[in-house]
Amino acid sequence: MTAVSGAGAPGGTTLFRHGEDVTARRMATPMWLRAARYWGYQYKRTWRSSVVTSFLIPVLYLAAMGVALGSLIDKHSHGVDGVTYVAYLAPGLLAGTCMQIGTNDATYPVMGAIKWMRTYLAQLAAPLGVYDVLLGHLAWIAARLAIVVSIYLAVMAAFGIVYSPWALVALPAGVLTGVAFAAPVAAFAATQDKDSAFSTLYRFAIIPMFLFSGTFFPVSQLPEWLQVVAYATPLYHGVTLCRDLTLGQVGWADVGHAAYLCALVAVGYAAARRTFARRLVV
Amino acid sequence: MVEAHGLVKRFGDFVAVDGVDFNIARGESFGFLGPNGAGKTSTMRMISCISPLSGGTLRVLGMDPLKDGARIRARMGLVPQEDSLDLELTVLDNLMIYGRYFDMPKKVIRERAEQLLDFAQLTERANDRVDPLSGGMKRRLTIARALISDPDLLILDEPTTGLDPQARHLLWDRLYRLKQDGVTLVITTHYMDEAEQLCDRLVVMDKGRFAAEGTPRQLIEAYATKEVVELRFAPGEHEDVAPSLVALAERQEVLPDRILLYTDDGDAALAEVARMGHVARSTLVRRSTLEDVFLRLTGRTLVD
Repeated sequence: MTAVSGAGAPGGTTLFRHGEDVTARRMATPMWLRAARYWGYQYKRTWRSSVVTSFLIPVLYLAAMGVALGSLIDKHSHGVDGVTYVAYLAPGLLAGTCMQIGTNDATYPVMGAIKWMRTYLAQLAAPLGVYDVLLGHLAWIAARLAIVVSIYLAVMAAFGIVYSPWALVALPAGVLTGVAFAAPVAAFAATQDKDSAFSTLYRFAIIPMFLFSGTFFPVSQLPEWLQVVAYATPLYHGVTLCRDLTLGQVGWADVGHAAYLCALVAVGYAAARRTFARRLVV
Repeated sequence: MVEAHGLVKRFGDFVAVDGVDFNIARGESFGFLGPNGAGKTSTMRMISCISPLSGGTLRVLGMDPLKDGARIRARMGLVPQEDSLDLELTVLDNLMIYGRYFDMPKKVIRERAEQLLDFAQLTERANDRVDPLSGGMKRRLTIARALISDPDLLILDEPTTGLDPQARHLLWDRLYRLKQDGVTLVITTHYMDEAEQLCDRLVVMDKGRFAAEGTPRQLIEAYATKEVVELRFAPGEHEDVAPSLVALAERQEVLPDRILLYTDDGDAALAEVARMGHVARSTLVRRSTLEDVFLRLTGRTLVD
């Protein structure tokens, strides 16, 4: 029996049947998942181009930088840290890509959902609460990261640079790296009124991190004082973790890297709960 | 449906809602009237469990908004002041998405969406993107969206602000149909004609308090005279003429563009004005409306 099954019934109004709650029968799906479902619905419009991009980016980068440039590097210095340059580079780029996606998806979409499209407000007018809205959005970002990382790892396998079954764990590791950026960045985005701070974030944090956190070359190549900075960045831990996994060189240090990223997720999420509530519940 | 006692909303030192009491019964159409900043929207946001109360007690659908916000909103339809439609998706998709927030099965949403699009006169636009729709259409879609879950209570925050007259009349007609169907409506507005058309009962809010409460008829009887004489004089003449007219009416209101005389016999008062030798540029004798009540209670025009 549905609420509209009485449509056209003689004498009764067709739209409104008070007392019979259409929503009560199925309060089964958790609220945060309903919010995540919205973003999935949105994604359906653009998933094709998004998947193609997720495939092309690693193929192009690994071909140009990994194989072409890498052949020079391998010839002159016999690879990096004992592996070919392409095998060294790929997991670094993977973590770097996760950082960019996590950051991207937590800047403009978060601001848009507050200010422009007001998606969060629509969700809050429905039964969802402010923490559901936040968790749902982060869950969606994690799901999207999982898609991208899976494609990336498949491309790496095709290049023959996956050396260990540990590489499967690089999937959650990549997602973790992305969310470790998404959570704190979302917390920050919810405090902003204009998008101008986002380009500053990219210019002074994301891009330098992408270049100097062990993505393209070992941190040991840096001057000593910069090494300290590089070791402290979240991307360094994401890169190292992913690299150890795809190369099969897993050690206890990787537990530390994962713990660092988990801590960042936790701190970022706690901060985002505060900034979202302050912005949306007034 | 809604029960409030001593309801208070504070933003820092600013008191937006200052201890109000009201009761809204099932099937009733209840209006919050007042100038901008009177506390209408804050009250609405507390009723819709979006904004926590700063003081007093509030029960909505028999539940506590602080504890049961999600359960209350599951039975409530909310039309916010600013549309929050997804502009890049189609009209139908907007309804589908919203129904999914209530976890309704897709099949049920689709059937209901069809009926609601018909109700909102948007059937032909079902598969169009929302962005290019007119303001009136977006508003009707927002209302249709709020009705997707067959709510017991529909909350409308300034439903027709910013719409042209045709769009407003069409919207009123739709809302009137809802009222006939027995949907409980809670409406805020700063349009007197809207309140007169749609509300069974209303409160006039000013500075966070209720200045008056009753049916439109009761309010007019209590706060205005039977008739009103409107006089327009040449610019600058108002100040000179106004004092001499005080004796002619129970009450006088001097507005920037005209003088209003409140009296039970408008024609007699107008004849007296003419006998005194004042030549008005235009005159009008009319029945009192809610606008007169409003002017009396809040002491200013609605557009500030």
